[in-house]
Amino acid sequence: MELVDAAVGWFSNPANWAGTNGVPHRLAEHLVLSIVPMLIAVAIALPIGLAIGHTGRGGLLAIAIANLGRAVPSYALLLVFLPFFGLGESSAIPALVLLAIPPILVNTYAGLRGVDRDLVEAGRGMGMTELELLRGVEIPAAAPVIIAGLRTAAVAVVATATLAALVAGGGLGRYIADGFGLQDNGLLLAGAILVALLALITERAFTFVERRMARRGRSAEAGIGPTSLAPTPMPAPRSGGLA
Amino acid sequence: MRWDWITSNLPQLGKALIDHLILTAIAVGVGFVLSFALSLLIYRRRRLAGPVTGIAGVLYTVPSLALFAFLVPITGLSIVSAEIGLVSYTLLILIRNTLAGLDGVPADVREAADGMGYGPTRKLFAVELPLAVPLIIAGLRIATVTTIGLVMVAAVIGQGGLGQVMIRGFNFRNDTAVYPGAILIVALAIAADLVLAGIGRLATPWARIRGR
Repeated sequence: MELVDAAVGWFSNPANWAGTNGVPHRLAEHLVLSIVPMLIAVAIALPIGLAIGHTGRGGLLAIAIANLGRAVPSYALLLVFLPFFGLGESSAIPALVLLAIPPILVNTYAGLRGVDRDLVEAGRGMGMTELELLRGVEIPAAAPVIIAGLRTAAVAVVATATLAALVAGGGLGRYIADGFGLQDNGLLLAGAILVALLALITERAFTFVERRMARRGRSAEAGIGPTSLAPTPMPAPRSGGLA
Repeated sequence: MRWDWITSNLPQLGKALIDHLILTAIAVGVGFVLSFALSLLIYRRRRLAGPVTGIAGVLYTVPSLALFAFLVPITGLSIVSAEIGLVSYTLLILIRNTLAGLDGVPADVREAADGMGYGPTRKLFAVELPLAVPLIIAGLRIATVTTIGLVMVAAVIGQGGLGQVMIRGFNFRNDTAVYPGAILIVALAIAADLVLAGIGRLATPWARIRGR
């Protein structure tokens, strides 16, 4: 009960909602630290995933990247990469990009490979060009799996951006880092609640889009469900831990 | 790189590696027992599937640092906090794979067991679970590799194994302490994955015979 009071007390203190250490500012920092790496990772991984998924060449590369991404812990990635970029707000971005690439690339590849070959051949028979096939047939059919990869990456990035606060910079993880440092349970719990909420909302938002895509895909082309194409029924696991 | 640091700190690195392995083994072991029991429960009572995987899904999504922050005010900077956090991440992976393995047993195999007069329990242990082994092992491999990475984060509550060495190195601007830790963690993850894959092969001799 004491702990709940401490957290409630923290949230009801107006001082915690203003200034550079206030919730709005820390949240904005966290969002920037999550969205920027995601955009860069999408710009890199999506075209590569589409290319190897469409041609079917380079599949071994995708699998190798997936396995490597799984084995390298996100926190280790941060500690190794951060010093090269200085200890500032944005120095965690390169590590976060590297973290986000494997799930996006692998799911894009797996999603495309999972598209019914008959559909693709039918499109080809209708005289569609390779680009038209990609845009009109393969991407729509693979959309749920691609979005699932984005979700895995986004949740991992939000979680690891939290860890970045331990070594540099701001974001919501700052509260947890300071809570540990100052042994302030109210601050610690408040930070934990904010970080947990942000991660859960991120996960829900992507799941929502994924389900809508799956429904649309199913009504458009019967037979293509939101099947998980990973070798196991797990959603592509977050690379090297969830951070 | 300061090679002399590595040679003079070998015992420390070895101890951290062993700590890391122990933290991982406890988490995956406890997580496996819990998940196995929960999966069998769900297998028998399908209504429980939604709530159980829902809770496991939330635990899986909450960032580990936040989970440790929730636990520390209650269970302190202890191995208990670390293990509760680590175990909770294994649940979703292990439950999903165990269930998928059991659900993947072909209907005709099930009927054959029924026809031979197998009761539900004997059918489960003699037919269904052995056929689910490949997916259960796949779940264990993912859970183990994930846990090895997450143990690092437990360094913030003083339980991080190799993570502890890396963070100390990072804080003292000693890169030489960061790299061996990172390399050892990745090596540990790959080694554990290979060992489990080997166990999976040994546990399913029929799969090899069929493949020939």
